[in-house]
Amino acid sequence: MRYRKILWFFLTIFLLCCKNSFSQSEIKPKAKSVIQIWLWGGPSHLDTFDPKPFAGYDYAGPFKSIATNVPGIEINELLVNLAKLADKYSIIRSMTHGINAHETASYLMQTGHSSEENLVYPAIGAVVSLFKGYDYGYKGILPPYIVLTTSQGRFSECGFLGEKYKPFITGGDPNRTPFAVEGIVLEGITETRKNARRHLLYSIDVLGKLVPWIKEFEWFDLCREKAYEIISGEISKVFDLTTEPEEVRNMYGRNTFGQSCLVARRLIEKGVVYVTINYKGWDTHSNHFQQMRQKLPEFDMGLSSLIKDLSERGLLDTTIIWVSGEFGRTPKIQWEPPWNGGRNHYGKCFSVLVCGGGFKGGCIVGASDEKGENVVERPVYPRDLLGSIYYLLGIDPESKFPEKFGKNVTILPPIDKGNKIGLLKEIMNE
Amino acid sequence: MRKRKVFNQFLLKNLIIWFFVLSYKLYAREIIKPYEIENWTIPESEIDRYVFSYLKKLNIKPSFPCSDEVFIRRIYLDTIGILPQPQEVIDFINDKNPDKRKKIIDKLLEKKEFAEYWSMKWADILRIKSEFPINLWPNGVQAYYMWILNSLKDNKPYDKFVRELLTSSGSNFRVPPVNFYRALQGRTPSSIASAVCLTFLGIRFEKLPKQIQDGMSNFFSKISYKKSLEWKEEIVYVNLENEEALEATFPDGTKVKIQPNRDPREVFADWLIRPENPYFSKNIVNRIWSWIFGRGIIHPPDDIGPHNPPIIPELLNYLEKELVNSNYNLKHIYRIIFNSRTYQQSFIPYEKNLENERYFASYPVRRIEAEVLLDIINNILGSGNEYVSQIPEPFTFIPSEQRNVLLGDGSITGPFLELFGRPPRDTGYESERSNKITEEQIRYLLNSSELHRKIQSSSYIKTLIRETRGDKRKIVENIYLKLLSRYPMEFEVEILFNYFSDTNIPLNQCIEDIIWALINNKEFLYKH
Repeated sequence: MRYRKILWFFLTIFLLCCKNSFSQSEIKPKAKSVIQIWLWGGPSHLDTFDPKPFAGYDYAGPFKSIATNVPGIEINELLVNLAKLADKYSIIRSMTHGINAHETASYLMQTGHSSEENLVYPAIGAVVSLFKGYDYGYKGILPPYIVLTTSQGRFSECGFLGEKYKPFITGGDPNRTPFAVEGIVLEGITETRKNARRHLLYSIDVLGKLVPWIKEFEWFDLCREKAYEIISGEISKVFDLTTEPEEVRNMYGRNTFGQSCLVARRLIEKGVVYVTINYKGWDTHSNHFQQMRQKLPEFDMGLSSLIKDLSERGLLDTTIIWVSGEFGRTPKIQWEPPWNGGRNHYGKCFSVLVCGGGFKGGCIVGASDEKGENVVERPVYPRDLLGSIYYLLGIDPESKFPEKFGKNVTILPPIDKGNKIGLLKEIMNE
Repeated sequence: MRKRKVFNQFLLKNLIIWFFVLSYKLYAREIIKPYEIENWTIPESEIDRYVFSYLKKLNIKPSFPCSDEVFIRRIYLDTIGILPQPQEVIDFINDKNPDKRKKIIDKLLEKKEFAEYWSMKWADILRIKSEFPINLWPNGVQAYYMWILNSLKDNKPYDKFVRELLTSSGSNFRVPPVNFYRALQGRTPSSIASAVCLTFLGIRFEKLPKQIQDGMSNFFSKISYKKSLEWKEEIVYVNLENEEALEATFPDGTKVKIQPNRDPREVFADWLIRPENPYFSKNIVNRIWSWIFGRGIIHPPDDIGPHNPPIIPELLNYLEKELVNSNYNLKHIYRIIFNSRTYQQSFIPYEKNLENERYFASYPVRRIEAEVLLDIINNILGSGNEYVSQIPEPFTFIPSEQRNVLLGDGSITGPFLELFGRPPRDTGYESERSNKITEEQIRYLLNSSELHRKIQSSSYIKTLIRETRGDKRKIVENIYLKLLSRYPMEFEVEILFNYFSDTNIPLNQCIEDIIWALINNKEFLYKH
């Protein structure tokens, strides 16, 4: 009897130890999904989240800054709705990598790896769809990685992971009715005609009847069955924005970006793991300020509605939103022709917005100098930002890709360790 | 007495069984019309002697000869990446000349579209793109791609082609082949050696022993790059300032000392490009074979080595000899393959057998490559796709009339091409291109608005209705000849006539639906 008690005692201790060592090696995920808003071309940090009103007209240009609902944080005056939500997001003002070419900077920002390395790494969306996708128990009806509405184009998102981890790219325009998602929603054909067509398709499939056993054809038939399941199933309803109330659609803004944000929310509700919105038009070499006057209100409406809506639906705690371009733009304005008030590429110092999914709101990370030209405090490198997102998703930033993709290939280059360096621990919830 | 009777019965029973077994073996299957024919019309070639003797040894039956209809479609796709026009199909079927297949092969090999189609393959394995990770930049891409295209048009001997790629020096704009040394992600001697190894030997550098890797890298250790005053111009040259002799190792392990004033790349090229070098011609003939059959004699064709032996070694030896004896004439290799019975077999295996494909006992069906598929759809419908480069420096606009196979820059691409497996051209591996059909591709074909619009606004449908004056049989015949390169069978005509009459769909929409259904048909989507 006594022995048994002692045995139980040791067993309990042993189990407790095991549990401890497990919880140490595994990171508890806080976030379930990610929305990446990619400002394609590189937005000016001075004219968005790092205004420098005292740097003079040659730097600040015609814009002023406004106070937000968090004392001490100011952003561009055109971002009126975002100014009311500053307690929900944090701004990194010390993002840096020093690269001024679109393609290599885009690659670095979305993979964390320098383009000098010998492998072509996958973008963060593909990495997440590997570790959180079908291979690891994802059972959603929608693909785990969706891009609205066109592909990134500068490099291949799936890198060495290969085609299987490519995103599903919707095509079409959510601001039009119907949102003609390529291959899912077809406009202008009646139900009867659709059925007749489908019948015709099968009745003239001669090879399918003669030699259905040819391997390629067997596979083809399987794929076609699955395709029809998807076309006639739930998925097409997710993209049907006509079921949303008119005021919600208006709140997001009746433009492609605004409605893309609305679609993103609907996808997150359905459990999609990674959504990227590729938002073009930020490569403003000339007439920069005229373009900003048109773009910033649209950006402000879409993003603020997305944050508010997710928050009201209780999804913001488990959804990371990150907003960035491949770089910022030169703080010093080029007033001379042909630019006529333009800003060039600038990778040395720029800003990124992060929100939700375990990131704290109302914080500023790092700082730039008085003209926004150099990082003066707490540099944040792409690997730190991506590593933090992986961390919140429960993916160890130091982990490796499965062996089949090569031996000892880590998902990120080594991240510095310490206080206010490396991972963005200071803005993560406990 | 009784015993004998039993024995007789036993014999009879056995005889009957044997009769069935034999007849099954002999008459197991008849030809399948209209895809196959009974007897060969072309002579057996050297290639066939090697392939068929292997099949015999393994007890695999080769397939029937393919019919003229199947052949003309297949040879057009495999040589020039275009479908034959209805009239070309009719003329070919009616041609009574026994040499007609040989004649059409000769004709197609001389077309400029042959060079255009195959330049796509070369651009894949030489990794031609302007953006990440290769960063050739648009002007460099233009110069390099045109050089490759022209080399193919002139049928430049393969040894000369490779020597120019390996030993040129100068400006990336003015001496196009120097871009070979720029179309790399890294520019260290080892990453250059790795690309050379993969491209011209079909060997994975990382599988060579470490000391050979290091020794081989030395051949490329003197390559330098410098900028000029012209924007994005780069000069590739060999820096011979160092006074010391260099020691390097060939991939086969032999060492060599290179005098200080000698370009080490020349030494390497001299070793590589020799008739007796077993690696050099093996790589290219095996690649061509795999490009045509979707499967190399060594497979995959870019992972040659002792771990991956050829499946029919004698066949590979024969092709190597043919290449050397023809003075490195690549078209000669294409020609002898296309003229073989092995190539002209039916795509339907004689019987279900897993080994069929490995030993080339039938023509393997494969989905048509992304660029070619889009080209033939556009060609039928009279539509096109426009492209713009990502890089605005300056923007490159590709007009919609241009063939997709001529998109020299891997960075200029579109959703269709991406979806249907066009390679990103990052690594130069053959496996980068995927011709496997996916559920997403089928969804696109079934339900894409883009494709639907193309069919709806097709000039082909309008001309068809006008020229046939609405004669339904002529319409159906023309559609089948145009899309499937054959006449429709009687039961197909019947099905389509019913479609015209049973549904209340107007004639032009009926035609749209038929074209849509045929584009979604296996016979259209697959090379067969």
